[in-house]
Amino acid sequence: MNQIPALVRVFAYLSILTVGGGMAAFPEMKILTVEVHKWLTFPQLIHLYSVGQMAPGPNMMMVLVIGQWAGGMLGALAVLIAFFGPTALLTFVVARLWKKIEKWPWRTSIQQGLAPVSIGLLLAGCFTMARGAITGVETAAIAVGVLLILQRYKVNPALLVVGSAVLGMFSFMPK
Amino acid sequence: MSDTAARLARQRDADSATASAEVSIGQIFLEFLIIGAISFGGVVPYLRGSLVTKQHWIDDKEFVQMLSISQSLPGLNATNMAILVGDKLRGALGSIAAIIGICLPGGVLMYTVGMFYRIHGDHDFVTAALKGVAAAAVGLILFTVMGLSKKSLAGNFDFVFMALTVVAVNRLHQSVPRTLVVVGLLAILFHRPNKKQKENATL
Repeated sequence: MNQIPALVRVFAYLSILTVGGGMAAFPEMKILTVEVHKWLTFPQLIHLYSVGQMAPGPNMMMVLVIGQWAGGMLGALAVLIAFFGPTALLTFVVARLWKKIEKWPWRTSIQQGLAPVSIGLLLAGCFTMARGAITGVETAAIAVGVLLILQRYKVNPALLVVGSAVLGMFSFMPK
Repeated sequence: MSDTAARLARQRDADSATASAEVSIGQIFLEFLIIGAISFGGVVPYLRGSLVTKQHWIDDKEFVQMLSISQSLPGLNATNMAILVGDKLRGALGSIAAIIGICLPGGVLMYTVGMFYRIHGDHDFVTAALKGVAAAAVGLILFTVMGLSKKSLAGNFDFVFMALTVVAVNRLHQSVPRTLVVVGLLAILFHRPNKKQKENATL
């Protein structure tokens, strides 16, 4: 069955949920791609998101893999356009308006009001993911370790992700 | 002598004006392509290094303003910044060149990863490595969230709005748009302009 219309619908919808960051869309991405359309499993979704953090550029390029699996190269392209198109257009239009309403006092109110909500959405996405990714003491230790190292030292986060891959390979290999 | 200085200053202004007018679509595409290829571990510092420090296409103040707009609107910081900077330099075409440039390298890489993972994803060593990677990603998001909280949350009530959002999505299983509208409106009303700001605006 041709999945492309469904892919476009789902990812165009997810696109407008990415307020504050891609993670904000993660809870609904899980419901729609894993539970409703069954394009991939929850562990696969977690893996793709995490691997995507190692790639350069925008950190949600992993979405195209879901399109690739469900609809080949055309599927990947459709997902990219659906996921990045609507917000690109919105930003383009709103930014031009935004400059015009510089004096409007509600502008600051909107920005101040959206900040806690967008951070909350990121955190909600993080918890959804943690439910699948943090499976025991070892994985919890890696997550906390990464957080502490980033707070204390100026390290490139991508290096920590690579390091955790190596650590994982030694720790989680079935005996 | 002050005359010479004034002339020099005028000359410099003219130079910088032409410099920003001369940026071609190809240059925009190439610069964002480079950022898209080397920005391991987060795009924002690379964007600043390239657009502000290296090319002088925008100044630091503009950069911060654009970043705050990018953060408030839906969309990733990386792609929203590409749209804003591209638009500033060359209008709509500039935006398109910038967003394609910044997405292309990571896109090609992830496409390859997708093919590889589909074939080898169930090998024991791949699963084991990915388990570590996923745990690290959780730590990474927490770090991002903490950084943003420190920077943009003002006062205890903001933490209440943040907690409300988390509970609505994770516990009450409300959809993200509904949560965004309901909690967002509450928070915006809470931060409504006070009288003094309104007076300032009308002055």
